This record gives sequence, C-alpha cells and structure tokens, in this order.
Amino acid sequence: MDLIEVGSVRVARTRDDLALGPGEHLLAGGTWLYSEPQRGVTGLVDLTGLGWDPVESLPGGGLRLAATCPIARLHELPAPPSAAALARECADALLMSWKIQAVATVGGNVCMALPAGAMTAFATALDGEAVIWRPDGGERREPVADLVRGPRTTTLRRGEVLRAIDLTGAALGARFAVRQLSLAPRGRSAALLVGRRDADGAVALTITGSTPRPRVLRFASPPEPDALAEAVADAGPWYDDVHGAPDWRAAMTARLAEQLRAELAGESGTTAGPSGAGDVPDAPGSSGADS
Amino acid sequence: MRLTVDGQEREVTPRAGQVLRTLLREAGVTSVKKGCDAGDCGACTVLLDGDPVHSCLVPAHRAEGREVVTAAGLGSPDDPHPVQEAFLAAGGYQCGFCTAGYVVTASALDDAQREDLPRALKGNLCRCTGYRAIRDAIEGVASTEAGALPGRSARPPAGARVVTGREEYTLDGPPPGAGAGPEPGEPRSTGGLLHLAVVTSPHAHARIRAIDARAALGMPGVVAVLTHADAPDTLYSTGRHEHRTDDPADTRMLDDVVRFRGQRVAAVVAESVAAAERARDAVVVDYEPLPAVFDVDAAREPGAPLLHADKPVANGIDGPERNVVAEWHAERGDVAAAEAAADAVVAGTWTTARVSHAALETHATRGWLDAEGRLVLRTSSQVPYLVRDELALLFDRDPATVRVFTARVGGGFGGKQELLTEDLVALAVLRTGRPVQWEFTREEEFRRAPLRHPMRVRVRASGTRAGVLTSLAVEQVMDTGAYGNHGRGVMYHSVHESVAAYRCDNVRVDACSVYTNNPPSGAFRGYGLGQVIFAIESAIDELARELGVDPVAFRRRNVIVPGDPVRVAELEPPSDIAYEGAHGAGQCLDLVEARLEATAGEDAVAAERLPEGWRVGEGVALAMIATIPPRGHRATARVRALDPSDPDDAGAPLYEVEVGTAEFGNGSTTVHAQLAAAALGTTPERIRIRQSDTGLGGYDTGAYGSTGTVVAGTAVHRAATRLAEQLAAGGAREAEADHDGLRRTVAFNVHGVRVAVDPASGEVRVLRSVQAADAGTVLNPEQLRGQVEGGAAQAFGSALTEEVVVRDGAVVNAAFRDYRLPKFGDLPDTEVLFADTSSGLGPLGAKSMSEAPYNPVAPALANAIRDAIGLRPTALPMRRDRIWRLANGIPEPPGVH
Ligand SMILES: Cc1cc2nc3c(=O)[nH]c(=O)nc-3n(C[C@@H](O)[C@@H](O)[C@H](O)COP(=O)(O)OP(=O)(O)OC[C@H]3O[C@@H](n4cnc5c(N)ncnc54)[C@H](O)[C@@H]3O)c2cc1C
Ligand code: FES
Ligand code: FES
Repeated sequence: MDLIEVGSVRVARTRDDLALGPGEHLLAGGTWLYSEPQRGVTGLVDLTGLGWDPVESLPGGGLRLAATCPIARLHELPAPPSAAALARECADALLMSWKIQAVATVGGNVCMALPAGAMTAFATALDGEAVIWRPDGGERREPVADLVRGPRTTTLRRGEVLRAIDLTGAALGARFAVRQLSLAPRGRSAALLVGRRDADGAVALTITGSTPRPRVLRFASPPEPDALAEAVADAGPWYDDVHGAPDWRAAMTARLAEQLRAELAGESGTTAGPSGAGDVPDAPGSSGADS
Repeated sequence: MRLTVDGQEREVTPRAGQVLRTLLREAGVTSVKKGCDAGDCGACTVLLDGDPVHSCLVPAHRAEGREVVTAAGLGSPDDPHPVQEAFLAAGGYQCGFCTAGYVVTASALDDAQREDLPRALKGNLCRCTGYRAIRDAIEGVASTEAGALPGRSARPPAGARVVTGREEYTLDGPPPGAGAGPEPGEPRSTGGLLHLAVVTSPHAHARIRAIDARAALGMPGVVAVLTHADAPDTLYSTGRHEHRTDDPADTRMLDDVVRFRGQRVAAVVAESVAAAERARDAVVVDYEPLPAVFDVDAAREPGAPLLHADKPVANGIDGPERNVVAEWHAERGDVAAAEAAADAVVAGTWTTARVSHAALETHATRGWLDAEGRLVLRTSSQVPYLVRDELALLFDRDPATVRVFTARVGGGFGGKQELLTEDLVALAVLRTGRPVQWEFTREEEFRRAPLRHPMRVRVRASGTRAGVLTSLAVEQVMDTGAYGNHGRGVMYHSVHESVAAYRCDNVRVDACSVYTNNPPSGAFRGYGLGQVIFAIESAIDELARELGVDPVAFRRRNVIVPGDPVRVAELEPPSDIAYEGAHGAGQCLDLVEARLEATAGEDAVAAERLPEGWRVGEGVALAMIATIPPRGHRATARVRALDPSDPDDAGAPLYEVEVGTAEFGNGSTTVHAQLAAAALGTTPERIRIRQSDTGLGGYDTGAYGSTGTVVAGTAVHRAATRLAEQLAAGGAREAEADHDGLRRTVAFNVHGVRVAVDPASGEVRVLRSVQAADAGTVLNPEQLRGQVEGGAAQAFGSALTEEVVVRDGAVVNAAFRDYRLPKFGDLPDTEVLFADTSSGLGPLGAKSMSEAPYNPVAPALANAIRDAIGLRPTALPMRRDRIWRLANGIPEPPGVH
C-alpha cells in the first residue's frame, strides 16, 4: 500500500548513503514495509542500490548471504544437499507466495524478528553470524540467534545495517531435518523446528515459531527421548498470538522435536518435508501435507 | 519516469512512498485489482519484466524503465491468452475479482510449478470458487459452453471481459469529471474526484464532547470535515431489507455517541486518499468514555451499560433497557413431557465465531451529481434499490432524484446487504458538490464491516428407540454487536428452517439477539441458519447414536416430507410456505449415503497409508432453507426487441433485458440470459442485459436470500415469454413482468464427509467431501456446481480455521495474513450431486441455491470428527489446537484467541 507519510526515497549507492536522517528507515525488499501503514516513516533509503552480491563463497566452504539476498535464492543455494534442502524448506515455510519470495530479502526477514521468521530459523540452525555495519563506519558481528531478541526486537541500534549473514563450511556440511506446523495447511508457522547433526555426533535443535525468540538446544551426542523432552519443556515461554495458543505450541514443539530426534538418530540422510506428518499420503481430495 | 504498460509507453510521476498498484490505477490501468493492498491476496499481480509481482508491494520507483504487463495486456476478448481462454472454458471464476491476478500468475508458471499448484498459488486468494474450477482452468479442463440454453452450462455474459481484465468493477470506470462517457449521469459536479477517510473511535463506548477539525481543515488538500453536526438526525439501520422496519432504527450516520471501537466519528474529504488519511490524525476528538460491555450475558444483567436505552421500543428494539434487540420464546407441544417419556435425551452447548465475508472487492462507493442534479452513486451493493430508498429518506429527497447503480461487484456473501459507504459519500457529495469516492481498506473490512453473528446455541433433543424424534428445544443467544443491523432477521431465521426441518411434536425455541460494545454483526451467507444447524445437526447425530440408530436413517425417518407443514412452534402452520413436489430431502440423504458407501473402500486404502495414530470417521448433516425470505421479495423485469443495425452480425444482440439484480458472482445474469433466450427462441449471446441500476426504473428488492433465480429470474422469464407472445401476434416490442415472491417453498442440502484426525496435533484432513443439493430444475449445471463448491469452501473455512478475534471489543487480526482464509490446496474437492426435483414456484422448476450449501458443512465435519475420535467438538472453528485439547482431555484455557 502507499506509505502516505513518506516524503523521500533515496537509493543508496555507497555506504555513506546509509546515514539515516530523522524519520528515515532502511528499505530492503519492501514486502513488509509496504504491507502495513507505517506511522512515522517519512523517508526510505533503498539498500538494494548497493548492489551486494546475493551469495558469496567464503574460505573453507562457507557462504555469505547478503542481507539483500532475495529469499527465493535459497531455492538454489550452492551448498551440500542437506543444507540446500533446509534452505528450500525454510523459504517455503514462510506464508508469503513465491512471487514475494523473489522480492523479500533474507536480511529483511531476520530484521523483522518475527517468531515465524523462517530465515531466522535457517540462519540460527546454521550458527549463522550476522555482519553488522555500524553508523560510525565500523562493523560488529553477532550470532543471529542473539541478534533476534523477541517479536519485532533485535539488538540493532538506529543506523546499524545488517550487511550479511555468514555461514561456515562446517555448519553447511551438517545433516538437517525440519518440521513445521501451523493452524492451517500452508499457514503461518506456529512452530518451525530445525534439527542438526554434526559429523562429530553433536546435535542441535533450533526452536522458532513457538517461542518469542529462537532457542537452541545443544547436545554433545544424540539425546535420549527423555533428555530431549526435558530440555524442550524448559524452552518456553511459549509464544501467544492468533497463530497458536501457548499450550498447543508447547505440546507441538515437544512432539516435533521428538520426531526430529528420531530422524537424526536414524541413518537416513534425507530430510522430511516440513510437515508434522511428512509422509502422509494425499488421499483423494485431501488437503495435502503442510508445507 | 517512464515505463511501459501493456505495450504502451507511459510517462508518470510517482509520489515518494507510492506503490506500483496505485500508480497503475491512477493512470487508468484498472485491470489491476486490490483485495488487500498488503501482499496477501494476489489480486494485484502484474508481470514486471516478465516476472509476476504483487504490485501493491512494489515501490513505484523500482518500476522505472521497466515493462509492466497486466491481465489486459496478456490478451483481449477477441484474442485471449491461452490461460485466459482456459479460465473462460473452465468457468474458473465467479465474481471474477481475483481473476486478473490469477491469469497473470498462471501465465508465468513453469512446468515444475504446475506440478505443485498449492505452492504456486498460495499467494492468490479466491473467496468464491473453492478453487476446483481454478485448478481445472490451469490444467486445461473445459466445462462451459457458449450459446447454452437452460439445463446446460452457459458462460457468464461478462466472461470474456472478466478473464481479460476488461470488466468494470465498482471503482473501475473513469472518474466522473474526467471525461466520463455519455452514459446517463454525465457529471455536473465540478472539480476532480475527492476521497473520503474516516476518523474512528478508539473507545468501545463514549460520548463525544467536542470535535475540533480546525487543524485538519488547514491541511493541504482537505476540502471538508463532516461530523455529527453535519449528519441527518434520522435513525436508520445499515442492514437493508424490503421492509425498512425489519431492522431496528438505531444508527445515526455520524453520532455523538460511539458504541464500538472503530466506529466512524468524522469524515475527512480531501483531494487524495493520502491527504484525507493524513488529516484524519489532525482531527481532535474529546471523548467522555462510558462503561462498555462485551459479553451477551453480562449485557443483560441489571446495571449493565446500556447501548440504546435512548431509543424507544417503537424503533424495533424489543428491550432497550436490557440490551435486547429481539427475542422470541415459543413452545408447541410439551417438551418436558416428551423428554420424560423418551428413551434418550441429549443436551449440549455449541458456539460459533465471528467470520469475515472477505469478499475480495472491499466496500466502495463513488458518488456525484449529474446534469439534472440527481445524486448518483456507483457502489458495491447487493441491494441498490434499497440503498436508493433509504438515502432518499435520510436526505429527504424524492427517490427519483437519487440514482444508485452497480457495476460488477467483487463478491458479496451478505456483506453488501448493508449501507456502509453510500451514506457518507452521499453526504460528502451533497456538501461539496464534487464527486467523492470512499474505498474501504481490508483493515476496515475487518474492523467496520459487519461480521457473521457469533452464537451460543443450547440444544436438547429426545427420541425413542423406534427412531422417532420426540422433542427439540433450542436456546439461541447471539451477539449482534453495537448495532442491530440484521440482528432481528438473523435471529428469527436462525431458528426457523433449522428447527422446521424436522417433524417433531414438541418444540421449544428461545432466541435472543443482544447488543454489546463489540463490532456489529450482520448478514452472512445462510443468515443465521448455519450457526444453529451446526448445533441441531450435532445434537441429532448424538441422539441417533444414543438411540442406536444410524444417523442418516434417523434423519430420513424424521425429516419433513412433502405436504408436511413448514413450521417451528406455530400451532397454525404458516400459509406462505410449503414443502411441495418431490422429496428432495430424502433424495439428498440417499445420494450422499450412497456416495459415501461407494467410496468407503477407496478411502480405506488411502487411510491405511496414514501414519500411526490417525483416526478416520464419517459424518453427515442436513440443512433446509426457504427459497425466498418471508413477507415478499419483489422484482420487475423489462424485455425489449432490438433492431440490430446489421441484422447479419451474428454477435449483435437481438433483445435487451432490464433487471434489478446485481451481479457479484451469484451467476444470476447468466441464468437471466439463458431464461430470456429460451423464452425468445434464441441463444444467450443475443441477449443484452442491463442491470442493477435504479436509473432504469423498475424495482428489485435485491440479491439476497438467494433470490436472483427464483424471484428476478421468474420476472425475466415471464417478461420474455410475454414479449415472445406479443411478437408472434405482431404486438408491442417491449414487455414487462414482475414477481412478488410471496409464495415460498423449501430446498435441502445434505453434506457428507470422511475425515482423518490426528489426535496428536489436532489436524483434521478431509478425505472425502460430497454434497447433494435439492435445487429443483438445474438451469446451469456448472454454475450451480460452482455455487455449491464455493459455499462448501467458505464453510470449510469457518468450520476449521477462520475467526475474527475480538478482545475487549477490538479486532485483533485485521488482515488476511492473520485470518486463515482457505488457500488454494487447503480445501478438499466437494463432489456435487443434484436431486431430481422441480418447483412450481421457480422459473422452469428451479429452486434457489447459493446460501444453502454453506449450512450443512460444519456439522457434517463435527459429526465426522466425533465418529473418528469418540469425542464431540462443539466450538467453531474446530481449530487444530481445540481438536488436540478435545482428543487429549486438556481443558480449553480461558482467553485463547
Ligand atoms: C504476504 C506476506 C507474508 C509474510 N509471511 C511472513 C512469514 O511467514 N514469516 C515472517 O517472519 N514474516 C512474514 N512476512 C513479513 C516479513 O518478514 C517479510 O515481508 C519479509 O521477510 C521482509 O523482508 P523485506 O526484505 O521485504 O523487508 P522490508 O519490508 O524492506 O523491511 C523490513 C524491516 O526490516 C528493516 N530492514 C530490512 N533490511 C535491513 C537491513 N539489511 N538492516 C537493517 N534493517 C533492515 C526495514 O527497515 C524494515 O523495518 C510476510 C509478509 C508478507 C507481505
Ligand atoms: S492487493 Fe496486492 S496482494 Fe492483495
Ligand atoms: S471469483 Fe475469486 S474471489 Fe470471486
């Protein structure tokens, strides 16, 4: 929708252009900014004019995702198969259409810091590190898991710009499995969980959607069901909004976590669909699996 | 900046903060629609350098130098794009408001995307079709034909224009004063189009002490600020009916007391939408907050804050001193005695949620003064004649000086049987003398347009082991919100056909419609029946189980049969309504039962592949509906023979029909063309229809109560038949006829589902969905199938996922993103079966069938879930968290969304 208070749009070409005037805000894909009335937003500074490479290689098999990397690029990420599948599933775990995925950015989704932010889930599961440009010309780094503090809250201070998210080769080489659940088929995530198993046997469970901010449960070796259940039970408080009541979210998180544990404990290297019941057949006229 | 639109170079000047959608529309490119303006619905989809984008999210500056293609650029009626041809052939639309976005999106899909349509189309909402017909279109299945007479699937006359983005909706014409065509109503208003935005109340209940509009009036572009001081005093209702007194007169156009959060307080009229919206914040309102009440029980307690105590009972409010709009208590026979003698008695309480109609086109009106000084309103209404009459009354004008008309309307579902935008636009036009437009945002639809009445329904039912229903007692309480629009009619209707469907000697009804400080409820497809049918059909199912009788057999044994009186608690059966002709109810039960049986094996195989723990169940429910609302529903039609300038032109219309019915996806226009063609011995293509315009003269109560076929259709058929006779006798070349709709019959719908339920998550998956409809003679099979599918789809939404959440009187989820409207792929296909019946009261034997298919779906689902898990869900929507709690014995926490 038209942003009626916006009086100027500057397309940034250099880092210097990112200095924000009063009322100015950063514009990435614009898919959230233009989807709601924006009180007090009187100017926009378009990040996409900086021409950042969406995806760059880092030494050691790592990848740098520019903040302005369109979410759709995650469907063709140059990464090992399990991480590449994770990227696709996280992109499709978002409520937005593929048309919007082509415009919305990875950084924009993380900066929104919504519980259903599937890019936050993706980056957190990969121990992604946020590269942040400070207004003084400096730079700071912080794990995405810490950057996101709660619904619509990050550690970013005014003038700071998320430049990129760096992923290490080691993390990209891990094995992943995903589960997503919502109140409707293809709905907004009430819970989005990623399980990860490293070559050394360590297991990490990233919980998003059901908690106000990402939670990561780490285990040096694959946990027993009880140990996992106990850890998950402590992962609250559970998020409460129209996309799921806290009691249901807590129970679903426990259930999906156990499914991920079982899957990662198995030898199979495949990831299931992002559904709570990934192998349910499509019966005639069925509503199909969640995705 | 420059850009190319549909092959044409354009020079445009975007405003900072503007999006491509409004840039295009302001440039006259009206093939771009708005359903949400927020990225959720896809109606605004265009190709940008070949890639489909939601143009409401594209910053206009990014379109510089690029190429935009809209639905109109893909193809034209004479040379449609293959995708557009496919949508036409498959009938992949009803109102067609989503269609422009759909064809553009579909045109851009590659083979891989076509393999996974639910993913490819999850950003394109359609409220009308239930998506099956859209899938058919994309998969190239054809089901409609040109030139088809009644009994065959003719295409809507507007079809080719709809699929190519040419058909005009409410705000698609050129604005008056901008060189509007020579159509009646050439604008006299001077100056450009003004826009209206409303200041709204942050309080659920407050008195307005003062409004200071000085600052707002000083802002650039602001032309006027209208408040209660400017509004007529006459009280009215936003709900519209044939009889004005059907609704309580409890509303002032702008009032000095506000009774719900979001109620309009003042209207800002300005040169642009942005100017009006910006100035809105500068209007200073001094409120004196008043105590508010949000609960239907608390509202009736002594000492509760009263909403309309200042109005007399004569205004149509049964109990202004108790917040009661209407109530009805009646008993026939002796329920207590019947229960005492029964073999089983079941009792339960059922609740339903607020639902948004979510018609994809939001409410909108554009108004101006024409050369004769008439007030002209082009509006998104189901009832243009009723709007005209009420505005004439409110502004104390001769109705002849008010013209109200509709272009094609983008969906209705009862939500446009209200006077929501027309009144303020009229006020602003009369005040400023300039053309004025008001277009609801999607947020306003959620906050200010009426929602489906939430109800609490207690049912007691008793019966004997012989399978006889011996008593039925229904106690219904509904939250009509802050105003009583439809608050009386919905109450009476809710306990009418729902109860009257069964032969039962002992019946009691207690119904109450209650004011609260919640947003107003209003007419919604089914008009109250669906909520009560959910309860009664659940109770009937439970009673049959208790008695050890098959639930379908129990219904067959107890449903009324032709010749039975159609009554609730009246001792003297009403004379205006009769169940006549074949036993449609029995046929529908048989059809659904047979279909469920025939598919049991196939579904069992599918169910075996479900993971452990899933449980399968089957459920059926029945719904009856009167074919016409009570106490008259009038329509006139005029048909005239034309003199084509070129008689050899096979495309030239030979006859013209004038009829009052608005077209909003109801398909009435198609049927009217078919009926006229049949009577005149030609094909529908040779019939030109002019409609829904009070300026044509004539009259039509309006397109509600599913009357487009049985009332207006009858008038059209009669007029056309009369004209044919006249022409044969060498008589006059024009004929007129009318219909008063005073005699009514009933129609039935039976829905059956087979579901799989996962107790561990609460997920409900529909394995099979079938509905049988007693529609009388089927005039247009594909269109009727579409109505049934669409009704079922809307019902699946409100049964399983949809709810407008209201907390302390405030809507929590005022966007599609937070509302869970069913998306492509979320819904099962519903197989549609037709009973073999015929009605003497409809044209060629047709019955009405557009609200009714909605009603039996929720209880069928509830019964199936009960069958699957042994426990009965009683609250709509039957959301996953609720089913999970039910299945696991977890109490519902208070205050869950
Ligand atoms: C139809 C639809 C469905 C959606 N579904 C989901 C969903 O399922 N889950 C979910 O989490 N979200 C969802 N969103 C909201 C939002 O997260 C997305 O619109 C998108 O991820 C935002 O990305 P963007 O690039 O378009 O950001 P923009 O709209 O451009 O910006 C979003 C916010 O982030 C800031 N920002 C952007 N980039 C940077 C940066 N590099 N550094 C600092 N600040 C920055 C902006 O200033 C702004 O405040 C949905 C939105 C729509 C329209
Ligand atoms: S209007 Fe753009 S997506 Fe709804
Ligand atoms: S036809 Fe799709 S919204 Fe009406």
